[in-house]
Amino acid sequence: MSEFAQRTRQQVIDADFLAHRAKLIDIAAFLDRVERAADCSDGAPFADFRARALVSAIAILTDGKSDRARRVLEAFSDHTSRPIDAADEKGACGAWRGAQ
Amino acid sequence: MRYIDPHIHMVSRITDDYARMADAGCVAITEPAFWAGFDRSAEGFADYFRQLTETEPRRAAMYGIQHHCWLCINAKEAEDTGLSREVIGLIPQYLDRPNVLGVGEIGLNKNSRNELAIFEEQLALAKRHDALVLIHTPHLEDKLKGTRLIVDALKNSGLAPHRVLIDHVEEHTVRIALDGGYWCAMTLYPETKCTPQRAVDILETHGVDRICMNSAGDWGPSDPLSVPLARREMRRRGHVDQLIQRVTFENPLAFLSQSPRFRVEPASV
Ligand SMILES: [Zn+2]
Repeated sequence: MSEFAQRTRQQVIDADFLAHRAKLIDIAAFLDRVERAADCSDGAPFADFRARALVSAIAILTDGKSDRARRVLEAFSDHTSRPIDAADEKGACGAWRGAQ
Repeated sequence: MRYIDPHIHMVSRITDDYARMADAGCVAITEPAFWAGFDRSAEGFADYFRQLTETEPRRAAMYGIQHHCWLCINAKEAEDTGLSREVIGLIPQYLDRPNVLGVGEIGLNKNSRNELAIFEEQLALAKRHDALVLIHTPHLEDKLKGTRLIVDALKNSGLAPHRVLIDHVEEHTVRIALDGGYWCAMTLYPETKCTPQRAVDILETHGVDRICMNSAGDWGPSDPLSVPLARREMRRRGHVDQLIQRVTFENPLAFLSQSPRFRVEPASV
């Protein structure tokens, strides 16, 4: 039906498991690194809004629902709808400051 | 197999990149006007537009690549409405040059009021000149909101959706573009944004109608050979050449050929 070649689960996992295992360990090591930072003895290593966003997005991976990539991207997104008054900076940082 | 890279900033690349792209099958590119990493003056833009319409086509032609461009004031400099309007005033005198396809990449960066006002003024410019439009959607946390604001402005502009390509779509914005009847493209980056693997996932999920892929290839971390890399990923997954060709050649050809100035054959020198 689809124009795309269909691969078996075995084929998909054979092709990409090791690369993504490594990415997961990178995330684990990154969180450990944040925790070891000089000012993280305050008991709130993930207080920065970006680290908080990362940790809460990780929960999406194991909630049993599909469309994980879309939902992770949405979790990092600004969900307001009105233009901001002025652009004080040019860059984006990857997580929305206003998220709870 | 031939391919077209519909979004690459060659002014930031060395001539060897043209050679490697040609070797990989690139026959045509389109280069949108963008931010140079620092804010320019209106005179700086006049020089930039000459570079895009005179110098780059010559450099590309040495490798059998047809070079085309898009002109605009980009969203990162659009917060300064005075400068923006000066630049918008310059654009019409370049729009008839032989390699100019339209207005782009226009859009939003931080989703501010000024950016939106300048975006709307450039949509009106495109409408007046019956030009194609290439849209830059914001990055990272600003993309979802920006894409929605952009589509709202597009609806109000009176431009035909099939004459507009919304760029830098990802998993959370691709449907917004396609459902509105627009063309869209995924911009492939080595690390921080959409990878070739995810781009192929998006194709497998949403199909190949009205979707293209490009490399961005700019002055930041980027790879001018990202499109061939994505073609390799499609091949690795067993997808047939016909499908690969559709996404990386026929789709951009169909969108871009709406401009009579778009060419894929090498210029006869
Ligand atoms: Zn660009």
